[in-house]
Amino acid sequence: MASVLDLVARIGRGTLSGVRGAGSLTLFGLNGLSHLLRPPFYWRAFFQAFAEFAFFSLPVVALTAIFSGMVIALQSYTGFSRFNAQSAIADIVVLSVVRELGPVLAGLMVAGRVGAAMAAEIGTMRVTDQIDALGTLSTNPMKYLVAPRLLAGIVALPLLVVVADILGVLGGFIVSVIKLGFSPRGYITGTLSFVQTGDVVVGLAKAAVFGFVIALMGCYNGYHSRGGAEGVGAATTSAVVAASILTLAFDYVLTELFFAR
Amino acid sequence: MTPPAAPGAVPKIRIRGLHKSFGDKRVLDGIDLDILPGTSTVIIGGSGSGKSVLLRCILGLVEPDAGTIEIDGVDVLSMNRRQAEATREQIGMLFQNAALFDSLPVWENVAFGLLAQRGTRRIGRAQARALASEVLTQVGLDPSVGDLRPAELSGGMQKRVGLARAIASRPQILFFDEPTTGLDPIMGAVIDGLIVDCVRVLGSTAIAITHDMASATRIGDEAAMLYKGRLVWQGKAASLLDSGNPMVDQFTHGRREGPIGMELRR
Ligand SMILES: Nc1ncnc2c1ncn2[C@@H]1O[C@H](COP(=O)(O)OP(=O)(O)OP(=O)(O)O)[C@@H](O)[C@H]1O
Ligand SMILES: [Mg+2]
Repeated sequence: MASVLDLVARIGRGTLSGVRGAGSLTLFGLNGLSHLLRPPFYWRAFFQAFAEFAFFSLPVVALTAIFSGMVIALQSYTGFSRFNAQSAIADIVVLSVVRELGPVLAGLMVAGRVGAAMAAEIGTMRVTDQIDALGTLSTNPMKYLVAPRLLAGIVALPLLVVVADILGVLGGFIVSVIKLGFSPRGYITGTLSFVQTGDVVVGLAKAAVFGFVIALMGCYNGYHSRGGAEGVGAATTSAVVAASILTLAFDYVLTELFFAR
Repeated sequence: MTPPAAPGAVPKIRIRGLHKSFGDKRVLDGIDLDILPGTSTVIIGGSGSGKSVLLRCILGLVEPDAGTIEIDGVDVLSMNRRQAEATREQIGMLFQNAALFDSLPVWENVAFGLLAQRGTRRIGRAQARALASEVLTQVGLDPSVGDLRPAELSGGMQKRVGLARAIASRPQILFFDEPTTGLDPIMGAVIDGLIVDCVRVLGSTAIAITHDMASATRIGDEAAMLYKGRLVWQGKAASLLDSGNPMVDQFTHGRREGPIGMELRR
């Protein structure tokens, strides 16, 4: 009996702290966004975060996208080879890359790379009193550290996904033309006739949401880290894990919202 | 309501009944302290006695459990966020570990508060850089140090950059958390002189935490000793070494025997 009560109490406590965490995360995000609407805006901080997101993540995202496009082409060929394989493969590659794989893979790669770096940087600033120092120097840390990073995530990830989309299709093209011997022109016309503006736009909208989530998790975990180097390490890990899970969760929600009819 | 006191007698900072615990560890246990404008007060006390926490409470970085903190007669704890931020902007703080921004070069650290000013007090980067060089010279650093990163400096140099950053925008209130720890004796004396100048020439109000008795008597007008979460002694800094209070005596003379036993920290 006692152990049952204990279990119930533990579940209750867990739920409560989960709800509290979600609430404080939401408030943190809204607070960060609200600073975008009120001057001053720190352009230098924004461009630095943007470069971190877009430029330095480009190679990883590019390679991931190319290989994924190649693998999809190869996999679907085994399934479709007897039928109208050429156009079917172009169709499958472009739809899966633009709708799903581009945003999701870019999101996961960036979460591991940029989300971790952000959590580590802000976390170090927290445990060495640098965030406290900002407040005594007429600078709001949410405005200076968090707001520019959130905006950088929202802007940069869609741009990365444009590149990922193009390279993913290129990967499919390479396998189809070189390995499977399809005509290059046929593959391209096939791709262009299947892809719709709506697919691309929704893919990019997903990317913007993922960029926000990744920056938010990096900032939030860094901002609330405590306890020296160990605490910063823990913050970094939770930032990556949380950003990856939330990216996939939001992917489902957004897909349900836009594609499932 | 009490009638307003005569001007000049209103303390710049007035603390009453300040309590703060972390978990079941009582750090501040009823602090009452008045800091008069244009004076400098040194706070002494054993390691871990809550000196830094006291400053962090006044800065609004730590929320006290009970008590009031008034700056210029206004309770900062009951202010809304914007007012509290505006009040905090008048305070310059040298953190115990310097807390320099390691992503920025030294000169931008020093000029950070200046560059953050808006409106009519806004200044350009070139001007900020010139001002930073000036303040760096004041703390005994060559202006060429301005191009280095904080990580390239020695501990004592970082401390001085932190000091330069705190005084660069000439705040009305200055907090120094162990300003001369890690400095050689000559540089320590230079920094003490600089702090005294801030108070005498600029008219700032200062609180300094220090473990260095020579420095305490040089910097301070007033002094207070913190022990077990309470201020056990307040008096003139000049009388620190012959205060007649057994605890202060033991502390300032560094005796092992006396009313302060060596307790193991929990
Ligand atoms: N954020 C915090 N969380 C938990 N405990 C804290 C926190 N900050 C300070 N403490 C505790 O409060 C006590 C006083 O700390 P404080 O930093 O004020 O000491 P101090 O008087 O400045 O010592 P020192 O001279 O060594 O700098 C310490 O026991 C410390 O463990
Ligand atoms: Mg301290």
